[in-house]
Amino acid sequence: MREISYSEAVRESMSQMMREDEDVYILGEDIGVYGGAFGVTSGMIDEFGPERVRITPISEAAISGCAVGSAMTGMRPILEIQFSDFVVIAMDNIVNQAAKMRYMFGGKAKVPMVVRLPSGSGAGFAAQHSQSLEAWMTHIPGLKVVQPSNAYDAKGLLAAAIKDDNPVMFYEHKMLYNVKSEVPEELYEIPLGVADIKREGKDVTIIATGLMVNRALEAAEQLAAEGIDVEVIDPRTLVPLDEKAILQSVKKTGRVLVAYEAVKRNGFGTEIVSLIAESDAFDYLDAPILRLGGAEAPIPYNPELEKAAIPQVHDIYQKCLELLNR
Amino acid sequence: MSNQLKGVSNQLINELNLEKHDLTKMMYDMILIRKFEENLKQLYQQGKIHGTMHLCIGQEATAVGACFPLTKEDKITSTHRGHGHSIAKGTDVNKMVAELLGKVTGYCKGKGGSMHIADMEVGNLGANGIVAAGLPLGTGAALTSQMKKLGYVVLCFFGDGATNEGAFHESLNLASVWNLPIVFFCENNLYGMSGSIKEMTNIESIAVRGASYGIPSETIDGNDILEVIKATTAAVERARHNNGPTLIEANTYRWEGHSRSDARKYRTREEEKEWKKSNDPIERFKTVLLENGIITEDDFAELNEKAIKQIQDAVEFAESSESPSLDTLMTDIYV
Repeated sequence: MREISYSEAVRESMSQMMREDEDVYILGEDIGVYGGAFGVTSGMIDEFGPERVRITPISEAAISGCAVGSAMTGMRPILEIQFSDFVVIAMDNIVNQAAKMRYMFGGKAKVPMVVRLPSGSGAGFAAQHSQSLEAWMTHIPGLKVVQPSNAYDAKGLLAAAIKDDNPVMFYEHKMLYNVKSEVPEELYEIPLGVADIKREGKDVTIIATGLMVNRALEAAEQLAAEGIDVEVIDPRTLVPLDEKAILQSVKKTGRVLVAYEAVKRNGFGTEIVSLIAESDAFDYLDAPILRLGGAEAPIPYNPELEKAAIPQVHDIYQKCLELLNR
Repeated sequence: MSNQLKGVSNQLINELNLEKHDLTKMMYDMILIRKFEENLKQLYQQGKIHGTMHLCIGQEATAVGACFPLTKEDKITSTHRGHGHSIAKGTDVNKMVAELLGKVTGYCKGKGGSMHIADMEVGNLGANGIVAAGLPLGTGAALTSQMKKLGYVVLCFFGDGATNEGAFHESLNLASVWNLPIVFFCENNLYGMSGSIKEMTNIESIAVRGASYGIPSETIDGNDILEVIKATTAAVERARHNNGPTLIEANTYRWEGHSRSDARKYRTREEEKEWKKSNDPIERFKTVLLENGIITEDDFAELNEKAIKQIQDAVEFAESSESPSLDTLMTDIYV
């Protein structure tokens, strides 16, 4: 099968959905001839024109509300927030409007929109352009939260997100944009709420999200060389969460590491740990659950400091050994 | 009322060429809004309304006048002080009272309350608890109209307080650069909660802000329904013919406090008395209709009785309705 990059997969998914459904359009800053800050929408304006690939003023408060208003009246907008950090300027429309509209109005409205959010550190953009704030969104009933870790998942999950009648926060990792993997040419959907076992194993379970899935897989390779058989679970969507897949794996291995890039304190991994602790899978644990998360600091600029701020492959490797008392 | 005010209205009633039927209906809607709000006060005092609410007594002309040029397909966004807007757009009064009493027959099945009444079927995209939030939402609804060529116009109601929010400025700019079919309708009732507009901005009128975004704007007497109709009709026509947005600043006055807990320490009783005595939008419209022989005192009394009866029926409907069952707590969160 052909290989394409994560960024191409996102673009292909949007383009195929836009060919299929005239109500789908994209809006955001510099997404026209510029192609967006990360080039994800490159060339789309040539095919779909400026009506459906709609460049906006730098006005997150207006464009996010505009997306909500157009979604509730029959369109299916995809809003590109240039860097996920800027979502804080759009927060009212996401938290107080999009997420609650259906409930507040007694089920008489729906808000089918996708907010695409390039997130994460590693590119030297420092504290205001590198955060991983997905856990904030998971706290809001009414929002769905998706975090693909490879090109194949990105394409299928985005198609499902666009077809979904609820507001979906779609976290793309900027360090994954150039990573290639096998992706079918035809349009396909990956249902929201279904985790993926990225690697099967019996000794340790790593539940990882976003970029950390890739790092967990690398660590698992190294551990395999030492005879340790690691299972890597990627929830793929944080809301809805595939609790069953997580708990099954915990019961199988009895040893759990949760790895995520966001600040460790109250990151989404905390929720996963609570889920395990409150379930019958708790009785299967042979060691305390361990967590690896980002430093409780803003993301720094210096490349060495930046690296130190989030878990690396070696950290994951070490934690797995710790779980096995080795 | 001053003779000067009367003169303007008498001139407009001829100029606007309105049907007797429409004028009577508008008179009725204004009375209905006032009776609705007065009744809520009573229900609140009786402990039947939970939480809070924001009454629009004194602002009936802006709600009814601004909605007059709109068709059923046209849409509005409203505010926390939105009961009048809803009634003027054709939202059912029974379901509104039921919502305020938290009943399952209410517009939001008892989950929204006063600040979230919406009725998609009549183009009411909802009241909103966040100041200025309706402007970007309305901008998006106008974009749908433009992209799908649906021909409808959106009218966004908001107060003077909203014009210091970023969402106001960003929405005006966006609607202007995209030439959207939208009317930004500011009800300047002089106060945002307790903050006087004079203390919160350093400009003479809110309408001047339209110029920053290339949007035609005007300030009007919001307590003269005929002036409201004239300005809004022109703005709606402009929007409908792809000539872009308009900003209207309608000067009016909020008779009651911001909400039920407001002791109104930031303004004098004399100021309130003066507005009520000489600038009551219902009295002003009534006088014009009487002087022009559109209705008689008896007709007015009849409209009044009819409105009281309609509100009584609505309260009865709401009071006899069921409360939502507890299992609805977790419904309608996701589609």
